[in-house]
Amino acid sequence: MFAYVLRRLAATIPVMFIVAVLVFLMLRLTPSDPAAIIAGDNANSEQVAEIRKRLGLDQPIITQFVIWSTKTLQGDLGESFFFKKQVAELIADRLEPTLSLAVFTLILAVAIAIPLGVLAAYRHGSWLDRIVMGFSVLGFSVPVFVVGYLLIYVFAIELNWLPVQGYQRLEQGIGGWLQRLILPSLTLSVIYVALIARITRTSVLEVMNEDYIRTARAKGQTESKVLRRHALANAAVPIVTVIGLGVALLIGGVVVTESVFTIPGLGRLTVDAVLARDYPTIQAVILLFSLTYVLINLLVDVTYTFFDPRIRY
Amino acid sequence: MGYLHKYLVAAFAILAATWFAAPVHAQKTLRVVMHSDLKILDPVWTTAYIVRNHGYMVYDTLFSQDEKGEVKPQMVDKYEASADKLTHTFTLRDGLQWHDGQPVTAEDCVASLNRWSKKDALGQKLFSFVGGLEVKDTKTFLMKLKEPTGLVLTALGKPSSNVPFMMPKRVADTDPGAQISDFTGSGPFIFKRDEWKPGDKTVYVKNPNYKPRAEPASGLAGGKVVKVDRVEWRAISDHQQAINALLAGEIDYIETPKHDLLPILKKDGNIKLWDYNPLGNQYTFRPNQLQKPFDNPKVRQVLWYAFNQKDFLDAVIGDPDYYKTCKAMFVCGTALATEKGMDGLLESNLKKAQELLKEAGYDGTPIVLMHSTDLDVLTNLAPVAKSLLEKAGFKVDMQSMDWQTVVARRAKKDPANAGGWHAFLTSWVAADITNPVMAAFFNSSCEKALFGWPCDPEMEKLRDDFARETDPAKQKAIAEAVQIQATKTTSHINLGQWYQPIAARKSVDGILTTPVPVFWNIAIK
Repeated sequence: MFAYVLRRLAATIPVMFIVAVLVFLMLRLTPSDPAAIIAGDNANSEQVAEIRKRLGLDQPIITQFVIWSTKTLQGDLGESFFFKKQVAELIADRLEPTLSLAVFTLILAVAIAIPLGVLAAYRHGSWLDRIVMGFSVLGFSVPVFVVGYLLIYVFAIELNWLPVQGYQRLEQGIGGWLQRLILPSLTLSVIYVALIARITRTSVLEVMNEDYIRTARAKGQTESKVLRRHALANAAVPIVTVIGLGVALLIGGVVVTESVFTIPGLGRLTVDAVLARDYPTIQAVILLFSLTYVLINLLVDVTYTFFDPRIRY
Repeated sequence: MGYLHKYLVAAFAILAATWFAAPVHAQKTLRVVMHSDLKILDPVWTTAYIVRNHGYMVYDTLFSQDEKGEVKPQMVDKYEASADKLTHTFTLRDGLQWHDGQPVTAEDCVASLNRWSKKDALGQKLFSFVGGLEVKDTKTFLMKLKEPTGLVLTALGKPSSNVPFMMPKRVADTDPGAQISDFTGSGPFIFKRDEWKPGDKTVYVKNPNYKPRAEPASGLAGGKVVKVDRVEWRAISDHQQAINALLAGEIDYIETPKHDLLPILKKDGNIKLWDYNPLGNQYTFRPNQLQKPFDNPKVRQVLWYAFNQKDFLDAVIGDPDYYKTCKAMFVCGTALATEKGMDGLLESNLKKAQELLKEAGYDGTPIVLMHSTDLDVLTNLAPVAKSLLEKAGFKVDMQSMDWQTVVARRAKKDPANAGGWHAFLTSWVAADITNPVMAAFFNSSCEKALFGWPCDPEMEKLRDDFARETDPAKQKAIAEAVQIQATKTTSHINLGQWYQPIAARKSVDGILTTPVPVFWNIAIK
């Protein structure tokens, strides 16, 4: 197992290298110029050229890549073109809101989706099953920002129960923190709930006719125990897989949700950096997102061994 | 189970207590959504309007324009010009001090003017007349001119980018090509760098040591009396969300609410709309004179006959309460406003346009028109231009892109079919274009001109004449000649004025009428 984890970690190096090259090249091929943006609307060509030189953007792309990748390998993510702050500092500052949103969403989604999926499978063909499946289709189909605006209209504007936007840091009080996380997390969790509930239902349905379920029932175990200890435990591998894969959805959703709800997290940072063509920040954030995704996939693979003893690495 | 139950009840009680606990706001905080997030902090280094607005919070100016557009002393107590108009003497007010408690000196002001003059176009023009700046004593400095110019007060009192903000000498000595890293000013607010979170919020607190002028506030001039403890610029990039937050009372003020969302705000009894900038903004079409067919003045002339202002204004702003057709290139409502040379132009005389285009020998080269898609106040301009150009007989290749790509691409001199361009549309804050020297699109100095690169010695001579002239009546005559010349050479085309009201909660009182949003004089009732 340890050797497997090491092999997988080693395999992340070429993956991250390819991501780095792609991100770097795509940004340079984009028809835009951070120097022109920084200089402002009234700046002339000389002023723009001067800024380009100061940022090192007048150098050949290969030279720029070598400088950036060498620094990144040394742990220096560089300085933001715009914010004049170290990118690492910017990311550290934005980590808490995004982690809060992602973790809260994940907990919310799992807490809602798995019971729904299990119940839908247990009541296969019933109205409950149809509602859950209908919700799944809706959850996949409606864009995140539409869900966000609907929730804001109902809960923030009409009912005035929750704030419209913003984020409060945990250190300023758990009440405000929680208040400001509910709507964005609900918004973001809709698609996630749809995905997990659907897979849970399918996986549980598949095992419900297995012999060990019949045996458990024959031994007189309660239906609740049969569902939890026998059906769900044996259906766990695809569910865990989809939770892991869903992190990609979560990362994409965080970008939109943070923009809609004005949460100063990594998603907003990404959008702001892209709009401003802040190359160092975009490169660092995308590397971080990619690394997170790769590591979560590894974690999911390792988790399989806990749910299915037959899986060995 | 019993313990678990107790823990759950206790946890719920704590949560409920923190949830409903009312936040304590001992301080009066004005919560504002500006037109964009503040990312750069040096208002002399960049011309970006958000940085200019930041400058007005933190720094002070020697002179300022009042509500009527007249230049009045601000940091300056006494100003004198010698009889030959070659020596201008400035004496600072008593009691001016930097945020660190040090006194503001003449030496600081001289260093600030020197740095500003290397970045700002009007500053460069002014300093082409300046022989030297001399410090007479701690509060007095002299500006000695090589020849008289009418630009001294116009430039030192210019309201928009780049504003000649005063900085301590140690800060002003920063290379003009590099950004400052010390944000000590002497303005009415202090920038809280430790609380500045780009993409989230920018915080200013009242400068307790600021000594406002005795006169009442008028425009950017007069006493800058701060009536709140703190101003927070919140970064809400989504227009709808900013409106939602204003309606819910989570913010107090939006600088640029979208025009199509104004009806929602008008319906709410707690919200008021305020047109703080009566001069407004001006839409402009800019042809690239380096590229065929716009290298031909006769082809450019067609544009004046193809376009009319109303179509553009209707398509973008929609509500006539917030726009005005105005043929004056120096903006209706200003001292230099004139309609000279505009007879028969900007009326979409398409027959005449087609005839002129034929006479000009247009060869059917498609016009690469850059279409900005992400800024609401610009998005619909290019499609209208495309339609009118096509009616006049042009072939148009409208290419859609975000504004930042337009900004980058417009600096390119490549052929239009190889990454360059033929034309784009933009908007100017009226305060930036009220005279021929300040309005950058009139600059016709070929390679040194702004993108579009017009090349017209006659126009440059007129602009120099304007800069030299000190008599306002003669300045007006030169401005008329500049406008007539512009209609002949078509450096750019003015497409009407539009207005952007701010939206604020009714509890916000004392918003000033200024070309730039400022936050002194504002109180929260």
